[in-house]
Amino acid sequence: MAEEGGPPLSAPLLELSGVTIRFGGLTAVSAVDADVREGELAGLIGPNGAGKTTVFNMITGVYQPTEGAITFAGRPTAGLKPYRITELGIARTFQNIRLFPSLTVFDNVRVAFHLHLEHDSVHSLTRGPKFQAEEVELRERTRELLSIFRLERVQDEPAKSLSYGDQRRLEIIRALATRPKLLLLDEPAAGMNPTEKDELMKLIRFIRDRFGLAILLVEHDMKVVMGICERIHVLEYGRKIAEGTPAGIRGNPKVIAAYLGEEPVKES
Amino acid sequence: MFPPRSQRILLAVLAASALLSAVSGRLNPYFLDVALGAGISVVLASSLNLINGFTGQFSLGHAGFMAVGAYASAMLTTTLAPRLGLSANLLQWVFFPLSLVAGGLLAALAGIAVGAPSLRLKGDYLAIVTLGFGEIIKVVLQNVDAVGASRGLTGIPNHTNFFWVFGSAAVTVYVVWALLNSTYGRGFLAVADDEVAAEAMGLNTTRYKITAFVVGAFFAGVAGGLYAHLKGYLNPGGFSFDKSIEIVVMVILGGMGRHSGVVVAALLLTVLTESLRQTGAFRMIVYSVLLIVLMLTRPQGLFVWPLWPKKEARP
Repeated sequence: MAEEGGPPLSAPLLELSGVTIRFGGLTAVSAVDADVREGELAGLIGPNGAGKTTVFNMITGVYQPTEGAITFAGRPTAGLKPYRITELGIARTFQNIRLFPSLTVFDNVRVAFHLHLEHDSVHSLTRGPKFQAEEVELRERTRELLSIFRLERVQDEPAKSLSYGDQRRLEIIRALATRPKLLLLDEPAAGMNPTEKDELMKLIRFIRDRFGLAILLVEHDMKVVMGICERIHVLEYGRKIAEGTPAGIRGNPKVIAAYLGEEPVKES
Repeated sequence: MFPPRSQRILLAVLAASALLSAVSGRLNPYFLDVALGAGISVVLASSLNLINGFTGQFSLGHAGFMAVGAYASAMLTTTLAPRLGLSANLLQWVFFPLSLVAGGLLAALAGIAVGAPSLRLKGDYLAIVTLGFGEIIKVVLQNVDAVGASRGLTGIPNHTNFFWVFGSAAVTVYVVWALLNSTYGRGFLAVADDEVAAEAMGLNTTRYKITAFVVGAFFAGVAGGLYAHLKGYLNPGGFSFDKSIEIVVMVILGGMGRHSGVVVAALLLTVLTESLRQTGAFRMIVYSVLLIVLMLTRPQGLFVWPLWPKKEARP
C-alpha cells in the first residue's frame, strides 16, 4: 500500500496508454495516458464534458476504446465484457446511483458476492449440503460487510427506501462485495451536504486502508478531491492536461486556466 | 443428509397428487378436466413468471414453446410408442413422462434458438420477436402434413392424469422457486432491476436471461405435452397469440415475480375462463375489462402479500 504522500513504490495496477474513443466524428477521449498504482487513491478531474465518465466506461468495458490499450494487473482488457472485467477485479459505482431498487439491502450486497460462488443453477435446485454451507457462509459475510458500514439495521428494507446518503454507501458496499483490487467511484459526493462529504472522505480512506485496494475517483467537488487523492489526473476536452499531487495540480497554470477559469483553485 | 424444507414440501405435494390421482377416477369427469386444465395453467404461468416476472424480460412466445412440446411429445406417443409394443402401464408411467421431457427439451432448444439472438433486445422489441416466433411456429404446424397440418393431430392417447399434471406443476413451482432462492438466483432479480448495474457487479446478464428462457421454455413444452395427452387432439390454432396473452395475464394478475400469487391466478383464471364459456365472445371483453381494472387499482398484482399493506411510516 502506498504511504501517504510518499513516493509510490508499486507497479501500476491499471494502465491506460494512448486511449482514444470516437463516437462517429466526435473524439470524446483522445490519447489519454494514465495509471493507478496498487493501493493508491487517485483522482480524475476535469470540467463538464471532459470525458471522465467515458474513461470510466472504457475501463469497465462498457465502451471499447477506438485506439490505445488498457491493461489491468498486466492483462489487456480489450474486448472483455463488463462482467469479465469485474471478475478481474475492477468494481465501480455510478454517477446516478444504480442499485437494484426492488431487492433488499441485504440482497443487493449478497448478489455481488456471486463472483466468488462455487454453486450455480444446478446446485440451487439440488440444494445439497455444500450449497447450503456456502449460502450460510455468504449470508454471514454479507452481514459482516453491512455491519462494517452500519447498514445492518436496514438490511431487510428494499434498497429504494434508503436515504440518498445510505444509497450511495450501499452502492460502494455492493461494489466491495465483488472483492475488487480497484474501485472506481463516479462522483460519490454528488448531491451531498458538507457534513456528508466529510463523512464520505473518511469512508473512502477507511475503505482503502481496510480493504487494501486502489481507488480511482471521478469528482467535481474540489474539497473532496484535493482532500483525499494522492495523485490527480486532469482531463480537458478529452485530453489529459496534467497529472500530479493535489498541491501540484492546484498550482498548475494549465489546470487553473482550463478547469477553473482564470481564478486560482479555491477549496470548495 | 435430511433434505431441506423446500424439497420435503415438494415430495409431500408429489405424494399428495399421487394419492389424489388414485381416487380421481371417481370425480365428475368435467370437474376433473377443468382441474387438470388449471394444473397445466400453473405450469405455464409459473414458468413464464421466471421470464417475465423475475428476470424482467417480456416474452409473448409462451404458446409457441408450448406448441413445440405438445407436438413433439404427441408425435412420440402416436408414432413411436405403438411400434415398441409396450404395455399400457409402461406407456403411461414410463414412456409418457419421457416423451414429456423430450417435448420440454425440444421447447428448451427452441428457447435457445429464439433467445440467444434476440435477448439483446429489450422490452417491446423482445416482445415483438417472441410474438413473431409464436406465430411462425403456428404457421409451420398448420402447413406440415406429417403433423396433420391445419386439420390438427388426432388420436393422441389420454395419458395425462392427475398425478402427471399436479406433479409437473409442483416441480415447476419448485424449480422456479429454488432457482431464485439462492445467491446465484438473486441474479435474475438483479438483471430485472438494472441490467447495467448487474453487469458491473460481475453478473453475466446474457447467461441469466438465456437460462430463464430455456427453463421457462422447457416447462412450457412439458405443459404442452400434458395438454396434448389431456385433450387427445391438437390444433395449431390453439397455440395462437391469444394463448400467450392468456398466460401473460395470469402472470400479471398474480403479481409479476410472485410465486404463490401466480399459482393462485393461474388456477382462478382457468376456472373463470371455464365458467365464462357460455358467454362465448364476451369472454375476451371480460378479460380486457378485468385487466384494465386491475392495472388501475392493483398495479402490483392481485395476490401480492400482504394483500393490504399498511402505509409505510416515513422516517
